[in-house]
Amino acid sequence: MKRRNGSSDSLLTKAGGELDDRFKLAGPARVLFNKVFPDHWSFLLGEIALFSFILLLLSGTFLALFFDPSMTEVTYDGAYVPLQGIEMSRAYESTLHLSFEVRGGLFMRQMHHWSCLLFMASILVHMLRIFFTGAFRAPRETNWMIGIVLFWLGFFEGFFGYSLPDDGLSGTGLRIMEGMTASVPFIGPWASAALFGGQFPGTTVIPMLYIIHVFIFPLLMLGLIVVHVALVFIQKHTQWPGPGRTEHNVVGYRMFPNYVMKQVGFMLFIWGVLAAMGGLFQINPIWLFGPYEVSVVSSASQPDFYVMYLDGLIRLFPAWEFRVPPYFTLPAVFWPAIAGMGLSVLLPLLYPALERRFTKDRGHHNLLQRPRDNPGRTSLGVMVVVFWTIGAVSGGNDVFAEKFDISLNAMTWAGRIGIVVLPIIAYYLTYRIALGLQQHDREVLAHGLETGILMRDPNGRFYEVHQPLAEPDEHGHTELEYNGWVVPKKMNRVGALPPTDKGFFKSIEEPSENGSAARDEIESGSKH
Amino acid sequence: MAASAKRRRGWRKRLGALARFTGALVIVGGLYSVFSPSLYAQEAEDNAIDSEVVKGQELYDTSCITCHGDDGEGIEGRGPSLIGVGSAAVEFQVNTGRMPMAAQGAQAPDSDYPVFTEEEAAWLGAYIEYLGGGATVPDDLAELVENADVGEGGELYRVNCSSCHGYAGGGGALSSGAHAPALIGVSDEEIYQAMLTGPQNMPVFADNELTPEQKADIIAYVQYVVNDDKDPGGVFTLGRYGPSTEGLAIFLVGMTALLLTTLWIAGKS
Repeated sequence: MKRRNGSSDSLLTKAGGELDDRFKLAGPARVLFNKVFPDHWSFLLGEIALFSFILLLLSGTFLALFFDPSMTEVTYDGAYVPLQGIEMSRAYESTLHLSFEVRGGLFMRQMHHWSCLLFMASILVHMLRIFFTGAFRAPRETNWMIGIVLFWLGFFEGFFGYSLPDDGLSGTGLRIMEGMTASVPFIGPWASAALFGGQFPGTTVIPMLYIIHVFIFPLLMLGLIVVHVALVFIQKHTQWPGPGRTEHNVVGYRMFPNYVMKQVGFMLFIWGVLAAMGGLFQINPIWLFGPYEVSVVSSASQPDFYVMYLDGLIRLFPAWEFRVPPYFTLPAVFWPAIAGMGLSVLLPLLYPALERRFTKDRGHHNLLQRPRDNPGRTSLGVMVVVFWTIGAVSGGNDVFAEKFDISLNAMTWAGRIGIVVLPIIAYYLTYRIALGLQQHDREVLAHGLETGILMRDPNGRFYEVHQPLAEPDEHGHTELEYNGWVVPKKMNRVGALPPTDKGFFKSIEEPSENGSAARDEIESGSKH
Repeated sequence: MAASAKRRRGWRKRLGALARFTGALVIVGGLYSVFSPSLYAQEAEDNAIDSEVVKGQELYDTSCITCHGDDGEGIEGRGPSLIGVGSAAVEFQVNTGRMPMAAQGAQAPDSDYPVFTEEEAAWLGAYIEYLGGGATVPDDLAELVENADVGEGGELYRVNCSSCHGYAGGGGALSSGAHAPALIGVSDEEIYQAMLTGPQNMPVFADNELTPEQKADIIAYVQYVVNDDKDPGGVFTLGRYGPSTEGLAIFLVGMTALLLTTLWIAGKS
């Protein structure tokens, strides 16, 4: 907006002027407001994580007002009848109090848990988008690595939160973590004893996890999220290739007002979905699980979904124990749990560097790749997705077995064989599909669109008429460069790449007057 | 011409015979069904207990004997001996539709449509009881459950039952295709009979392990939590299976709704 000198009577302009006089805001604000962001639905996935994180902070603060991470033994005399008179820790009792006696407490607890699941789910989906489009390539490798670290911080943050109420399920989870920790060669038993203050479960672990859960990890995550978003600002957002888009520009909408409006709307929508889920879908009903007792392990004891693939790997891995008696035992759980988790951290962290090394691609990339244009990477990604999915399903294989009436043994063996074989098949199939899609794009560029009109030569040959996308040479071929973006595949898409007819549920544009008039003329057969 | 008329007459003759035969069957059947129940009732008045055993044996000899053998002695590789299992076991298996079993499998599935009525199951129970005694449900079960301690029952449930039936009684998988069934909609008697007799893969909780009072506590807890609890957390309980269905829900409901929103928001400019 053009600034008018002195004479402006607008209150806003005046206030802005006063502020600028004191804090020198106009310059930075102008840069910020004019910052351009490319517009595509897949660029909004990270925001789901960001906004659910904010809701996690808000709802978590509410919960912290009422939760007491104490392991003092108390006798319950609250509102929930089936637990009255039962001995339990103060942590569990305060969670029950929070759920049944604090106004809105259960809703907040459920919303907090759903926000956590949505946070982790959206990180996964966002990560897949970044991976499959090659957005992690130089210069954005650091931000990819920060994202991976954020995922793992969220992973443990979520697990610690799941452990805090000291209910039957969370204690079972801690027990598994204790077993995993103790399986590390040499340092394992010492580390486990340090964590639990001696024998499991002890009384120190929950107060300790509490301060990690409510202070240390959120602070780390908040810091990293700020850096993560700041780097997107500084390095500029990637964009899809297309008309007018190059490695050196950004085509899109300004931060203000367009992008800010969209973001605020999206934030409120996300919070609305989470509030609805918190109110409608019962999650983690701790009153059913009872207080944690070491002797109680329920069937269908699962971790939250983002941990479930590790649980699945533990369930699938054969009981191969390595022993050097009498000095040393390496339990089977070490391989899926500790080695498996270590690889799940390291491989994604190193992936950008590995890809650079193998492709010898040293360039800077601000334009995204469509998954089909890098079949090797896409196939690797699908391979990992299939591996992860089989692991996660196997983590709940007892529930699947019971509900779908399959033998649990059959589920386990299907998982064991499937997790080795299916990723390889997935790799091959994805590779062929990606090449096929790319090939068809190139074919359209060379030969033109399929019109659906069949012609017959005088000599009896049938052929389909193609509509070339540019002036063809004498062989009917067009020399159009393949630039990795959508190629029109239908006649009514020629001339405009995005759909010309805008609107989500129904069209927001009136059909052109001229078009229908012209059609009437054709149909009535009138000639000029 | 004559040949076709003859054929038509033949048809008429045969149709007439069929009609007469059907009519005769209806009359005989109707008479039988009118008189036979009264005949049985008179017999029952004469000697109630013996006749229950006799009726039980009649049912046994037509529906159970193939697998469980003569006089409930059992047949190797087909069905176990029923001597000494008691009426509690018989009534549980028969009233839940698990027995008679349609086919040999990992375990007999329960059915909403039991083959026998509760009265017939009682006759079968009387017969098995007659063969060798065994466990029975106490007559004052309703009173026991009335005076039960739900909290105590919860503690006992979590220690003894949850490892197979799950915290919320949703059931769970056992090895090789067997499963612990869900406890949704089961009656007090069924739970008591199951604990007492250990049907299928379930262990037996005899009276020296869990006293009748403790069993009643467990029943009260199961009925409270599984069948009466109104799930304060929401309209959708996700089957109370815990994190596995919660994980599905966040993708199928939360992520799906928000992905549609991204398409909507990015489309507007």
